[in-house]
Amino acid sequence: MANLKLTKVRKAYGSVEVLHGIDLDIRAGEFVVFVGPSGCGKSTLLRVIAGLEDITGGTLEIGGRVVNALTPKQRGIAMVFQSYALYPHMTVYDNMAFGLTLEKGTGKEEIDRRVREAARILQIEPYLDRLPKALSGGQRQRVAIGRAITRDPQVFLFDEPLSNLDAALRVQTRIEIARLHERMEGTTMIYVTHDQVEAMTLADRIVVLNKGHVEQVGSPMELYNSPDNLFVAKFLGSPSMNILPATIESAGATTRVVPQGGSTVDLPVATPGSLQGKPAHLGIRPEDLSVSDDRAAPFRGTVVLTESLGEVTLVYIDIGRADEPFVAKLPGEVAMERGTRIGLTARPEAMRLFDESGQAIRSQMRRAA
Amino acid sequence: MPYAVKRTGFYALVVFIVLFSVFPFYYAILTSLKSGTALFRVNYLPVDFSLANYEGVLTNGVFPTNILNSVILAVVVVAISLFLAVTAAYALSRINFAGRGLLLLTILAVSMFPQIAVLAGLFEMVRWAGVYNTLFSLIFAYMIFTLPFTVWVLTTFMRDLPIEIEEAAIVDGASPFTIVMRVFLPLMWPALVTTGLLAFIAAWNEFLFALTFVSNNATRTVPVAIALLSGASEQEIPWGTIMAASVIVTVPLIVLVLIFQRKIISGLTAGGVKG
Ligand SMILES: Nc1ncnc2c1ncn2[C@@H]1O[C@H](COP(=O)(O)OP(=O)(O)OP(=O)(O)O)[C@@H](O)[C@H]1O
Ligand SMILES: [Mg+2]
Repeated sequence: MANLKLTKVRKAYGSVEVLHGIDLDIRAGEFVVFVGPSGCGKSTLLRVIAGLEDITGGTLEIGGRVVNALTPKQRGIAMVFQSYALYPHMTVYDNMAFGLTLEKGTGKEEIDRRVREAARILQIEPYLDRLPKALSGGQRQRVAIGRAITRDPQVFLFDEPLSNLDAALRVQTRIEIARLHERMEGTTMIYVTHDQVEAMTLADRIVVLNKGHVEQVGSPMELYNSPDNLFVAKFLGSPSMNILPATIESAGATTRVVPQGGSTVDLPVATPGSLQGKPAHLGIRPEDLSVSDDRAAPFRGTVVLTESLGEVTLVYIDIGRADEPFVAKLPGEVAMERGTRIGLTARPEAMRLFDESGQAIRSQMRRAA
Repeated sequence: MPYAVKRTGFYALVVFIVLFSVFPFYYAILTSLKSGTALFRVNYLPVDFSLANYEGVLTNGVFPTNILNSVILAVVVVAISLFLAVTAAYALSRINFAGRGLLLLTILAVSMFPQIAVLAGLFEMVRWAGVYNTLFSLIFAYMIFTLPFTVWVLTTFMRDLPIEIEEAAIVDGASPFTIVMRVFLPLMWPALVTTGLLAFIAAWNEFLFALTFVSNNATRTVPVAIALLSGASEQEIPWGTIMAASVIVTVPLIVLVLIFQRKIISGLTAGGVKG
């Protein structure tokens, strides 16, 4: 049972700062996922928490104790690496037992019990005597997870543990990790990935990182439904949200917006009068769009490309904005000729408004809810 | 036709190279098996077979002690060199400290000094330390040429070991010493065997230091002992005995190389393919 508290945590390599003051509270037993584009500092943040990188500034507390100067072991963490990082010359059993054998005061029987227990949970009992090179990728990753389990850590860290596995195995192992989290009640887990599905399905809360800053922290649905800013809005969801530059024509209890490439829409969002006439951004998720025969449909254009994914079809439409097609995700199989003119519409509640700097504008009512 | 020519040419070359490199040793064996005046007849096939020379060299005075000296010396030099080199390699490959590059270059530079250049200075140090005429002087002196290349080779090898394995060990709570001993060493066998063998051969064959720092017959090592083997009279050079002694001291090297042959080969390619 340990919570984590990061206060203004900074990390610099020489003169290059890669984490610029991260504030984060992670509750005991929570499953937190770090996501963000490549190079944003996810791994660095995880390694700072692990104690593999020292902290340039700020404090890190685990279980109420400042751990800045402690070793990974003293912090009570265990880590699963992307590349498995098993000891190649040790059997699966020895790989899992290694950390325990280094502890004074853990008897042989206790070690044996814990290794076998972990092996049972992960179903790697048949391979205990094998060397890592005689295992498949999925089995190796399970051994790596097993090695972390036997240590009985307070905080479990994963750095893209599934990215070396093929698609089917990835789903299976993801489910195993979710089960593991349920079983290891009270163990805090922090998980780095850039796979959205992993983030959405595993996380209690997601932390979106960008260029060494935290963009937003919240439950998967919070982030999906009410992103704080354009970055989060575009980052989550696939394909990502359509963003149209727009002008606020009238502010007030509801807001009238004119997007580029579309016609006027009224949003149920309250805006202060000061924004009247100001530029803004209108965001619409592809899955919120539907085809409309109505001549007044706000977005009209010609079909550029369709992609059928089976259960959905992605339709790319040229609405008159150069190089930036407008994407709609329509259910089922939709046959549309290239060049067909269609109209698209979305419920006004599903459209999102961002101010010029990219911060979300939310109605007062919604914020209270 | 050109194919047959190429093929013949190729094998002719092979035969030439083999002859060229093996003949001196073969001739030494032949000579060592001759006795008396047969020594001065030149022939290239084993016509004589007498073990008298071997008997002579092994029962003659201190030569067995010389062999023992060489064995002790080479083994100790290899052990100390490898221990120091492994720990140094860890620091040089995995720990970032100021002047690391300079230090590595200095180590390399040291290995380029000709032995004769450092001889006088070393002699002074040996006298000063009071180890003149003991094997300690040679153990100390041989580090000068064994350490640079063991450190270099092991540093390069260790740098290629995946960093995550070390980090996993750190997370498991291993100290740097435990990491080196229980995680790195087992992964470095090929490199250790290769460098260890080279250090062994270098220490086993070294002549100049051994001649200079030891003047006592019973403390000498084999190369010097052989060179100083003398016959019954001043004028006679005991070729038979010298050759028998040479064969005796070459055999251990050949045996070692054969034992570790597979490891050496995998050692030389180990950087390329990581398991
Ligand atoms: N040892 C280092 N020295 C200097 N810069 C570094 C070092 N390690 C990482 N960085 C920089 O820090 C930034 C963050 O790297 P990090 O590995 O945390 O990214 P990431 O979010 O994990 O990316 P990815 O999704 O590609 O794994 C990068 O810009 C990287 O270049
Ligand atoms: Mg990373």
